[in-house]
Amino acid sequence: MSDQSVLEIRNISKNFGPVQALTDVSFSLAPGEVHALCGENGAGKSTLMNIIAGILQPSSGNVVLNGQAVTIASPATAQRLGIGLVHQEIALCRDATVAENILMAATNARRAPLMNYRQLNADAQQVMNRLAPIPVSRRVAELSISNQQLVEIAKALTLDCRVLIFDEPTAALTESEAQALFGIIRELKSRGISIIYISHRMAEIFALCDRVTVLRDGRHVSTDRVADMTPDDVVRRMVGREITQMYPPKAQAIGAETLLAVENLVSDDVGPVSLALKRGEILGIGGLIGSGRTELALALCGLTRKTGGSVRLAGQAVDIGIYADAVRQGLVYLSEDRKHSGVFLDLSIAQNISVLDLGKLTRSGLIDRRAEAAQAISLATRLGVKMGGIADKVASLSGGNQQKVAIAKQLSVKPKVIIMDEPTRGIDVGAKSEIHKLLRQLADAGTGIIVISSELPELIGIADRVLVMREGQVTGELTQTITEEAVIRLASGLKEELHHVA
Amino acid sequence: MSLSQEDRPMAAAPLNSPRFSLGSLGSMREAGLIAIIVAMCVAMSFASPYFATWGNVRAMLMSFSVEGIVVVGMTVLLIVGGIDLAVGSVVCLAMVVGGSLFLMGLDPWTASLIAIGACAMVGAVSGFFVTVVGLSHFITSLAAMVIVRGLCLLITKGTPLSLFTLPPEFKAIGQGEFYGIPIVIIIFLAVVVIFDFLLRRATAFRKVFYTGSNEKAAQYSGIKTNQVKFWVTVLCSALAGLAGIVYMSRFGSATPTFGVGMELNIIAAAVIGGASLTGGSGSIFGAILGIGLLSVVTSSLILLNVPVYWQDVIRGCILLSAVSIDHFLHRGRSA
Repeated sequence: MSDQSVLEIRNISKNFGPVQALTDVSFSLAPGEVHALCGENGAGKSTLMNIIAGILQPSSGNVVLNGQAVTIASPATAQRLGIGLVHQEIALCRDATVAENILMAATNARRAPLMNYRQLNADAQQVMNRLAPIPVSRRVAELSISNQQLVEIAKALTLDCRVLIFDEPTAALTESEAQALFGIIRELKSRGISIIYISHRMAEIFALCDRVTVLRDGRHVSTDRVADMTPDDVVRRMVGREITQMYPPKAQAIGAETLLAVENLVSDDVGPVSLALKRGEILGIGGLIGSGRTELALALCGLTRKTGGSVRLAGQAVDIGIYADAVRQGLVYLSEDRKHSGVFLDLSIAQNISVLDLGKLTRSGLIDRRAEAAQAISLATRLGVKMGGIADKVASLSGGNQQKVAIAKQLSVKPKVIIMDEPTRGIDVGAKSEIHKLLRQLADAGTGIIVISSELPELIGIADRVLVMREGQVTGELTQTITEEAVIRLASGLKEELHHVA
Repeated sequence: MSLSQEDRPMAAAPLNSPRFSLGSLGSMREAGLIAIIVAMCVAMSFASPYFATWGNVRAMLMSFSVEGIVVVGMTVLLIVGGIDLAVGSVVCLAMVVGGSLFLMGLDPWTASLIAIGACAMVGAVSGFFVTVVGLSHFITSLAAMVIVRGLCLLITKGTPLSLFTLPPEFKAIGQGEFYGIPIVIIIFLAVVVIFDFLLRRATAFRKVFYTGSNEKAAQYSGIKTNQVKFWVTVLCSALAGLAGIVYMSRFGSATPTFGVGMELNIIAAAVIGGASLTGGSGSIFGAILGIGLLSVVTSSLILLNVPVYWQDVIRGCILLSAVSIDHFLHRGRSA
């Protein structure tokens, strides 16, 4: 059997500094097989795929292709060896046409000095039509996200691949587009092409795949024929971990007072959504990437336009048109993307902390630097920011300390409610648990906390109650027994009949 | 266990007397520029006996004072992440509009105010295209540069305006002295001191840094970044207008081709002084040192009888070296 594998991963380990991303993972891919790869965020799926696609190099272990050990030094090598990867993130030239994007590799290999656009468009359209009739002469930037994803897939189809990796290809697709993609995958399979299919969606895995491999915490858990498994088996294997991280205790007593009440909030991307947050409670919001969690927070805080619904803060109806209104009313948002929209890297710690309310630091039009310094020192000390001084640039801090500065910024306005979007993304375990404790402390002191997190153990460990979102809607609420299985089931739209397992 | 210290779980990190000073990298660059300027001046005073005379120093100061006013506005605009290629044309517009209105019989003070207002309007229109329409500062100001130059030629029908009839008290702006110090230099120093102070201390200008450093984060902090960008664009044009009026008074004329190519010198000075073309950093003091350096270089080349055509070549090389050094400093820091 192993002689026949197209691709074999043998005892691959990968570490990033002290962080062990993969430990001794082995896995094989048969010809014409569709092989599902499952695991939580951080289980090591992306690392493994990046190794196969030549983007990362393993720390130890071998990749064997058609019985021969190979070193995949770069994405170009991977392509030459017949390995293609359809990224989850779209990586297209936005200002080029669909055709130019789809046939970029072919164009690059051409000898002729001039472009033959007629040929190019005809060839590209033929490939594109297999997925959807998108006119290939249009610029990529004009397409919707789901159409861009289809172009990305079409581009991979033009490569002469023997192994194709799809990383959550349906995350941005509509149901019918996804069906078209499944048709293509089946056709590829019948032509003997092997496919690695990464997805969170159990329905797709069970409809499409032959075998399923589960990774957890960077280790191989199991590989089984899909026919021998149930979706619940897979989910249980993805999750079955010991609790390795200590979370602060849950709320002792949740008050009766509703701090934040949202009724039928609607925006272009979400809704209608209603939710209520009690004093003393940490409310978690779970869901897959793209399920509308961030969009909900943005619309709630006036960072994107909301088209309907009402918001009450501590019993008062508030009218939030722009974010400054939300800040003034005591509702703040901690961005999920620290570097891009959370902190000012080349400004000082003090300047970062004071940005939300410059008014209270202003005396006759000028910044009161003494007050600014006092505020920065007091908040940075309270949060335990490790720094040389408050004049240091935020760029000089570690990720965890940058995040603490971002949180200090939120606390500077003494908010009633803080919405924290991925508050511990990309920071080390120590800082993570400090932030978790801080969240509980704030909640106990009466600040309303909403945590959006893609990391299920965190969501379950920190939240007193969890709302799960899917496709812009709240699909369920978990109160008493919050389990990872239950969250995944609601997030991936698994049918109700499987409910008895929890 | 550890939860028993629930009341103070976020133990304070050791804080060794937190300091609150200027960013060290910025002041390092300024110190470096001062060192280079001083070294050049010392070397030149040996090379040419005329260099260290009051006459030459005064001429140098005069020559960069008026451009210095424009540099101030440009620096603020660079900090917010913008750029203005139209400043040379706008300087000229102030001269031409002020001069024409004076020749039509308006008193020169009112004419000057209207001229500066017209320049501010140019900034407002550019600001509109940048913030509401969503074009880049580069493209918008490139268009403004050409359009405003065209307006200058239209207003004057292409011929220079002779303004020798300007009253002496108005001419004093550009030609007079106050206790032996040219008034031009006093105006320049006033603009520099005021804006340097505001940029360091004023709340409104702090928003300029936030917007230029990370516009998205600024928006996510409730700052109306479009407003900030709009008003900084207006400010840059208005200061260029003020400079134009000073030139008008100093030369007693208004030439519709005045200031061609000035924008490059201005931008070079600000960048040498530490302003980043990607926004978020820069200082007035640094920019003034930048234009001071360019001015010392120009003066030295003249005194050393270097052919005039070499001057641009050398200025360009200085710009390249300054920016390269900065690039390596930044790269070293992030690595």
